[in-house]
Amino acid sequence: MAQLFSKGTNSVARVTLLGLVIFFFGFWAIVYAIYFSPYTTAQNVPRTQPVPFSHQHHVAGLGIDCRYCHTTVETSAFAGLPPTTTCMTCHSQLWTDAPMLAPVRESLATGKPLVWQRVNQVPDFVFFNHSIHVQKGIGCSTCHGRVDEMPLTWKAHSLYMRWCLDCHEAPEKHLRPKDEILNMQWTEPKGQAQRGRALFAEYGLNPHRLEQLKDCGICHR
Amino acid sequence: MTNCGPYKKQGGAPIPRAVDLAAVRSQLAAETGQRYWRSLQELAGTQEFWEAAQREFPPGASEWADALSRRRFLSLAAASLALWSLTGCTKQRPKNIVPYVKQPEDLVLGEPMFYATTMPLGGFGQGILAKSYEGHPVKLEGNPEHPCTVGGSDVWLQASLMDLYDPDRSQSVAHNGEISTWDAFISDLAEMVSEEKTRKGAGLRFLTETITSPTLSGQLEAVLKQLPEAKWHVYEPVNQDNTLEGARLVFGKPMAAQHDFEKAAVILSLESDFLYSHPARLKYARAFTNARRVSSGRRESNRLYVAESSPTITGSVAEHRLPIRSSDIEALAWHLARECGLQVKSGAAVAPQSARQWLSQGVADLQQHRGGSIVIAGEWQPPIVHALAHALNEHLGNVGQTVFYTAPADSRALNQLASLQELVRDLSSGAVDALVILGSNPVYTSPGDVAFAQALSKAKRTIHLSTHLDETSAQATWHIPQAHFLEAWGDHRSFDGTVSLQQPLIEPLYAGKTAHEILDVFLHQQPLRSDYEIVRSFWSSQLKGGDFENQWRKAVHDGFFQETAFSKVDVRVNVGGLQSAASSPAASGDLELNFRPDPNIWDGRFANNGWLQECPKPISKLTWDNALLVSPVLAQREHLQTGDLVELAAGGRLLRGPVFICPGQAENCITCTLGYGRIRTGRVGNGVGINANAARSSRAPWFESGVKLRKLPERHEFAETQLHHVLGSPERQIYRAGILSQFLAKPDFVKSSVSEPHPAQTLFDPKEFRYDGYKWGMSIDLTTCIGCNACVLACDVENNIPVVGKTEVGRGRAMHWLRVDTYYEGSPDNPSFNHMPVPCMHCEHAPCELVCPVEATVHDHEGLNLQVYNRCVGTRFCSNNCPYKVRRFNFFQYAKYHEPSFSPMYNPDVTVRWRGVMEKCTYCIQRISRARITAEKDNRRIRDGEVRTACQQACPTEAITFGDLNDPNSAIAKLKRSPLDYSMLGELNTRPRTTYLAKVSNPKT
Repeated sequence: MAQLFSKGTNSVARVTLLGLVIFFFGFWAIVYAIYFSPYTTAQNVPRTQPVPFSHQHHVAGLGIDCRYCHTTVETSAFAGLPPTTTCMTCHSQLWTDAPMLAPVRESLATGKPLVWQRVNQVPDFVFFNHSIHVQKGIGCSTCHGRVDEMPLTWKAHSLYMRWCLDCHEAPEKHLRPKDEILNMQWTEPKGQAQRGRALFAEYGLNPHRLEQLKDCGICHR
Repeated sequence: MTNCGPYKKQGGAPIPRAVDLAAVRSQLAAETGQRYWRSLQELAGTQEFWEAAQREFPPGASEWADALSRRRFLSLAAASLALWSLTGCTKQRPKNIVPYVKQPEDLVLGEPMFYATTMPLGGFGQGILAKSYEGHPVKLEGNPEHPCTVGGSDVWLQASLMDLYDPDRSQSVAHNGEISTWDAFISDLAEMVSEEKTRKGAGLRFLTETITSPTLSGQLEAVLKQLPEAKWHVYEPVNQDNTLEGARLVFGKPMAAQHDFEKAAVILSLESDFLYSHPARLKYARAFTNARRVSSGRRESNRLYVAESSPTITGSVAEHRLPIRSSDIEALAWHLARECGLQVKSGAAVAPQSARQWLSQGVADLQQHRGGSIVIAGEWQPPIVHALAHALNEHLGNVGQTVFYTAPADSRALNQLASLQELVRDLSSGAVDALVILGSNPVYTSPGDVAFAQALSKAKRTIHLSTHLDETSAQATWHIPQAHFLEAWGDHRSFDGTVSLQQPLIEPLYAGKTAHEILDVFLHQQPLRSDYEIVRSFWSSQLKGGDFENQWRKAVHDGFFQETAFSKVDVRVNVGGLQSAASSPAASGDLELNFRPDPNIWDGRFANNGWLQECPKPISKLTWDNALLVSPVLAQREHLQTGDLVELAAGGRLLRGPVFICPGQAENCITCTLGYGRIRTGRVGNGVGINANAARSSRAPWFESGVKLRKLPERHEFAETQLHHVLGSPERQIYRAGILSQFLAKPDFVKSSVSEPHPAQTLFDPKEFRYDGYKWGMSIDLTTCIGCNACVLACDVENNIPVVGKTEVGRGRAMHWLRVDTYYEGSPDNPSFNHMPVPCMHCEHAPCELVCPVEATVHDHEGLNLQVYNRCVGTRFCSNNCPYKVRRFNFFQYAKYHEPSFSPMYNPDVTVRWRGVMEKCTYCIQRISRARITAEKDNRRIRDGEVRTACQQACPTEAITFGDLNDPNSAIAKLKRSPLDYSMLGELNTRPRTTYLAKVSNPKT
């Protein structure tokens, strides 16, 4: 009886086996890549907005304080989104006829709010509080990135839970002195780990609180 | 709301509902010592019962109970499993974010704001603090500064929020059933007003509910001044007629008795439910329980005697309770008066033999505490009983000490039933051209012998203002949607006379209007004023002297006008009035049918409120139904089981309904609550329960004697929760109680009765959690808990707990995180009632945490037992392992977060849960979190009392205390050191953070 399989079949079998292994890891690599890609996280993807508002121009160019618009960042869970009237404090005087600003003027005239695209969002079962982060040494740029360099705003980080936990597990890596909170250019200085630990105590935190920062109930309730 | 229809039992082996009462009695007779029981089924103690009680969920809850076959289910499950893997691929959908155009001053996005306002119920105002996020109210609390609310809540105050967002509310003006406009209505009304002016209003009638509002009554009186022939009628099915008539008998004028329960050592109630349905219930409940709060170091306690026909909250906390027919209470009152030495002719009846012992104890106690006792009569008792109570209080020297008299808060203290009958007569004779009904539903609420519906059709023009398109609206020429109290300006008096301001929190959602605005058409033709202008201008004319603007602003801020309570009036009882009013008693064997306001939906106005429908009623634990409550003796005699349908014939009217065997019900007495059997209220309330109004008569609105009972072959399934979550056999001493003398002699009598294992005897790592920061704990005082359910409703509202519907409740899937268990003790004919609120125990050694395969239920460093919804995969192992049965599972998508009208109602601080996840009490972690963040920002610790759980805040008697156990000076730490403190099932070494303070009662020995 003749051989059922030709010699070449061995190679096919070897390639298949290898292929299966590659497929297995490759599949997960692709899943992983998709999961962390901007396609899923929307990280680094500028959002189209009804008015092409440029943080770069307003923050870096004009030097307007973050809190001029995000008024409640130090007092509330929500940082605050400026009402139309805030835009119009300047734009009733400047660029009053700019076609780009037509939706803002229309909003004021009709009383209908501007509808922005949300850039940074966490799921409904996550309860993030801006005020406590800002007051305990986490600066704006730590999470939001260099907003002063964003012509249109994008999300600087994935906002995945792993990313949150990186800091909740070791906040000293990111703690800043109180007067540097709003500083967009701030970067971790040399010896940040040590400075961070000193700041940690300064902000009234202790090892027990550090443990607690990892409790699920801190964010989920 | 899901599946509100009739409950069909499907699948599962249910707890046996039929009970052999004779066996129960012989069983009880054989028992010695104290024994608590939860249900007659438990007393019967059949094997089936205990088998069912062993289970994680009540039988039927966790079974596959659908028409779908198992095979089909499995194939669908396989398909969904395959699709499930794809769910990991979803990405967050982009969302919009919308700022204000002009942001209101003072508004901080994400931070709640509180406004003082007022809720009217039965005409009387309850002061409220309403919590609002970005303009939508999400929670109502009692106003702690309000003299008549004192910060407490009742079920209605809590649940009325759902009425605001009810999608079934009437949404437009209707003219003969067709959608119309407010302007069309105004022009028609103006035409009518000018017509009526020519004849001084002879054809015009107003019908309102009880009104205490100074502005509204001022407006009505002004209208009557302009149109002197017009008449103003008042009718409300649960009214103060008897109380006011009783005062008229002995004082010659309507008066309101105000009681100081804190000073009374002995209280004797003749069917008064002053802790639950009295207009001053919140103030009374606080004062009454303060006088028995032994946990605060008090060494004495008041004593309560209650004679009543059907168990109520007040009766359930009484030391000496006498189940007696309502019709026998008058004789009892006469007897009491004579025994106390009041000079009354003894022509009146003699109290039944069974009541003598109760009475002699009561009399001795009252005599002993002259000047320190209270006799109080219930709204359902005839005027003479109220008159006798007044005479007794005066005779016992209580007037001026514990009882005071003031003017009544009602703007029009007339006999409402007589007023309604007069209106019906006028309507029937054709004398009425136009009837303006402001906010009541007389077609549904009128007694069966007052043919209001027929009479109404004789009026040429009827105008009906109501929140829903109800039974009356269906017959009205004009229907006007009424604004909810959170949408409109107004004012109401509380029972003590305090004028409380009703301030809106939101623009009317459905263009609702107020009675003020309609009446303004009669006074100022054009331009019409808003409710705000009307109320404000009324008060600017009333508040003379001083700066009006400041006074008004202060009143708006406080929620009431300071010092507007009525001043005490000195009145003397005219004993002559007593003799004339005696009535003849019912024959002793007669069956009696009683009518009472429903403990949940009151007179039917809350029928479309899912929270209230689903809240287990105090004592009976019925949901989604009313029933004919019968006594065990009557059930045995007539061979009735719970759920059997009967037909009652009373005074020529018939009432068909299912019976419910109620321990503690008076023997020959059947009780039915009002408010059910609505046909036009909304999707939730329509067709639920039986309509008792049809069987009511104007002659005897509260109890009817000479009732004939006929058993029908049909049966009805109730969804009662009393059989759910049975915790185990009586030996486990779940409920613990003692009497005052025992407590004084041996304060730790509770602790010594059970041995608890040493904390070190555990497999848990003792070093894992040290609780260095905060250590949260709760204490529930069983002495002061009155079982009123305010905590249950507060928890529902605070934590976005969904309504699941009758079918689901019947399967044991009710979602309440906090339940109130009732433990009976003694004979089913007259047991003592013991209420036990059961939230999550937050065990330090939590059995639930160990078994979760995905770590969705974990411990935290403050001792909370967390439930992480986004991790939960719904294995339900945790629930299976919970000895307290406090975990609730979302078997379906119960929360209606896609219903647009409900989404603004949800508390934004709490996740709305989805299908397939477990949930349970979180100790209001969102409130802890808020306080922690506030404190951290100030670099300080959370102060004692800064975190109050929703149940604690709502409790009218302050029976629940919450706080940090690490602070030795906190209120909670002090209570935990009390000798009365005990852990439920402490022998399991779960080390629960929620513990109880044993009940201490003070019976006369």
